Amino acid sequence: MEVHDIIALSAAQAISAIDRGELDPAELFAAYRARAAEEDLGAFTWVAEHLPGDLHADGPLRGVPLAVKDLFCTEGIPSQSGSRILEGYLPPYTATCVTRLQEAGASLLGKTNQDEFAMGSSNENSAYGPVLNPWDRGRVPGGSSGGSAAAVAAGLAPWALGTDTGGSIRQPAALCGIVGLKPTYGSVSRYGMIAFASSLDQAGPLTRDVTDAALLYRHMVGTDPCDATAVGHPEEIRLPTAERLDGLRLGVPAELAAGEGLEPGVLAAFDQALETARGLGATVETCSLESAPHALSAYYVIAPAEASSNLARFDGVRYGLRVPADDLVSMYTRTRHDGFGAEVKRRILIGTYALSSGYYDAYYGRAQKVRTLIAREFASVFEGIDFVVTPTSPTVAFELGAKTADPLAMYLNDYFTVPMSLAGIPAISIPCGLADDLPVGLQLAGPAFSENRLLDAAHALEHAIGFDASRALAAGAPA
Amino acid sequence: MSDVVYEPVIGLEIHVQLRTRTKMFCSCPLSFGEPPNTRTCPVCLGLPGTLPVPNAEAIHFGLMIGLALGSELAPRSIFHRKNYFYPDLPKGYQISQYDEPLCSGGRLGDVRIHRVHLEEDAAKLTHVGASGRIHGSDASVVDFNRGGTPLAEIVTEPDVRSAEQASDWLRLLRTTLRQLGVSDVNMEEGSLRCDANISVRPAGTSELGTKTELKNMNSFRFIERGIRAEVGRQEALLRAGEPVLQETLHFDPRTEAITSLRSKEEAHDYRYFPEPDLPPVRITEAMRGRARGAMPELPAAREARLASVLGLNVETARLLSWRAELGDFFEAALDAGAAMSPPVAAQSLANWVTELSARLDGEDPAESKVTPKALAALVGLVGARRLTQGAAKQVLDRLVAEGGDPEAIVEAESLGAVGGAEELAPIVRAALEAHPDVADKLRGGDMKPIGVIVGYVMKETRGRADGGEVTAIVRAELGQ
Repeated sequence: MEVHDIIALSAAQAISAIDRGELDPAELFAAYRARAAEEDLGAFTWVAEHLPGDLHADGPLRGVPLAVKDLFCTEGIPSQSGSRILEGYLPPYTATCVTRLQEAGASLLGKTNQDEFAMGSSNENSAYGPVLNPWDRGRVPGGSSGGSAAAVAAGLAPWALGTDTGGSIRQPAALCGIVGLKPTYGSVSRYGMIAFASSLDQAGPLTRDVTDAALLYRHMVGTDPCDATAVGHPEEIRLPTAERLDGLRLGVPAELAAGEGLEPGVLAAFDQALETARGLGATVETCSLESAPHALSAYYVIAPAEASSNLARFDGVRYGLRVPADDLVSMYTRTRHDGFGAEVKRRILIGTYALSSGYYDAYYGRAQKVRTLIAREFASVFEGIDFVVTPTSPTVAFELGAKTADPLAMYLNDYFTVPMSLAGIPAISIPCGLADDLPVGLQLAGPAFSENRLLDAAHALEHAIGFDASRALAAGAPA
Repeated sequence: MSDVVYEPVIGLEIHVQLRTRTKMFCSCPLSFGEPPNTRTCPVCLGLPGTLPVPNAEAIHFGLMIGLALGSELAPRSIFHRKNYFYPDLPKGYQISQYDEPLCSGGRLGDVRIHRVHLEEDAAKLTHVGASGRIHGSDASVVDFNRGGTPLAEIVTEPDVRSAEQASDWLRLLRTTLRQLGVSDVNMEEGSLRCDANISVRPAGTSELGTKTELKNMNSFRFIERGIRAEVGRQEALLRAGEPVLQETLHFDPRTEAITSLRSKEEAHDYRYFPEPDLPPVRITEAMRGRARGAMPELPAAREARLASVLGLNVETARLLSWRAELGDFFEAALDAGAAMSPPVAAQSLANWVTELSARLDGEDPAESKVTPKALAALVGLVGARRLTQGAAKQVLDRLVAEGGDPEAIVEAESLGAVGGAEELAPIVRAALEAHPDVADKLRGGDMKPIGVIVGYVMKETRGRADGGEVTAIVRAELGQ
């Protein structure tokens, strides 16, 4: 097959082509490897030299290459979480969900760029440079899984692993015109993911289409003796087949629809998608998530609090960067001063403050109460409707540097995605149209462990919308 | 002012290393002196991406400790992170418990228990250089073998009133924990470590004084000396009209010097928050049942049983209960002696266990050459009057030195009791002849020097005669 034709295949289509004898796993790998090695979007931080020797090509994933966000530990392969403090760090073990996918036949193509420790919404916080959006190289791909999203959109990888803490899979998927699934918290093991905020972090797929998302997610779920919070999934994940949404009740939260900074073009594409849903037999109504407007504030207390503790281990004693000094405290200070970027430092400071004696109840304690309220409100909303729908991001991809000086403007990118993260429920972003020639994402969120139904609904919508992503695919690498 | 009598108020915090198969949050086996950093894995090294998984056996042991101390077992318990930077703490936080500990309340002996919680031990830091402390050392090296070892922290109420009481109570606690089989409870090796919170106040008042925390004393002796020194220091300050400052102190057992580790102002803000990597532990009825089923007889119950069922006097019952190894030896000997005819008397046997213990210098009698059966046989010979107390002690000396069977030793050494007028009367007569002045006094009714005559007979018979019988024969010889 021609490289052009290979790259045009989704992962599921590539597997079918391999099964029909039209494509060889080595040929598939070589095509992507060449593109990944030559790419100039800044999407990869490491690219494999060759097809892995221990490839499980008989596995259901047939050797299809997989791009993996840098923060997943991969044995003997740089895993730096976008940070200078982990420059050159080679873990002695591999993350559970990467191992699972490898055992199912995925071959590791490369590690993808990300915001440092997954903190960011534009991929401009990486110590290894920004990632460019293949739809417009002057714009960001979103973050923090920006490298994974750009790589998939630009045909540098058939699919990729990302992680989502407050929107880090869904928002870059939306900004890059691809599909991103943030699964139910606990359905995928976190073992081997370099932690940002433990109670929120969850691994998920970034893919060209909904079928690929289901296929990759199917091989990620499961309990893990190394992760006490991994409960697996009560159902086997099916490949979606639905083409209709008859009887499905969608709810648009009034509080979110009135959200800050929603661009008219995004709103128009969103409304168009709701029309499409109605055409497929769904009803759309307004629902209420009263506490949702407070989600962002609660999130920006809880996530930094956990991060301030999770990132304490980067102290220059055992691995990663060490800036020598005459005494212990100076060594700690200099190492962390030089090793962490500005956004990471900002969040460590916020989190440390929020947990401090005398402030805990006012900040962390209160934020947890908001979190509980939001989870309850979602549960109550889902008694009347099937899924909550929102735009994934209030804006389309913005220009590089546009928000770097204004952290609060940057945080607003997570306005629609953070409530689901706090509630621990699954949400998927699919492309629903263009605004100003840039992709707009539609977010569907359902109750915990409703992934099968969610994927089915997303599949029906995806087919009806018929989003054309070929422009990015063609722009991904020198021809 | 200077004649005010001060009363110390002391609370103890005890860290117990649990003897589980693996570490608290990973599957590394526990370390017993292996080469440094050979009992580690990505989890206990705190490598990026790793997660803790709680050790079910440690929770089981924690529940057993709670039951032994009469604590209330929480239906649900959560772990917290205690955040601070130190090279022996690879994650930058210790996983411990905060406001929902595994066990709350309780009592052991005369001291109330505040709480019992689980946590992970830190790694071992060694400072190279003159001071032996991190400050001013040339270099420091870390051995992570110990890092992650399960610890139970037992916190008492401030019920202890003296250094002696503290070390006595700790011995009781150690025995209790040893009986439970949950720890090696070896202070020198660090599997039992004790901090003391100490304040003093004028006796009879109820307000608490400012407390200091004395860290990590690693033997019963040091605990007593450390507490005594700190109580003395605080009393001296108060008598001089100076305040006691709230601080954390270090006691140097070599110099008896107390130095400040950190003041109240320098105290860490540990920023405790619930450990998001660990779901709450639900303590099910099945877990409680397993813990109850695993409980051995504890010192207090044993003391009561030895006193009421076997009729031992209170002091002996307590000794045999608080020092479980003596109690175990005693009960084994009692079993062996029950088959003898007549059965050996419990109180005499207990007395002889005490005799044996005195000869062993604290060693466990089970490790000695004396078997429970041999001791029972010895006590049987005494009970049957075939051996005098004095001769029995000689046999015991032989048993301690060489082991063997008491009967055979008596036979070989001709230590069997000598008795009856025909055997003893000639020796008594010889004694009176050898000591005419004493004989005169005795004849004159002054019985005080009779010991000289009895001593002579004992020497001649190598202790095999019965003192009472000898006295009777002396009187008979003197026609009294």
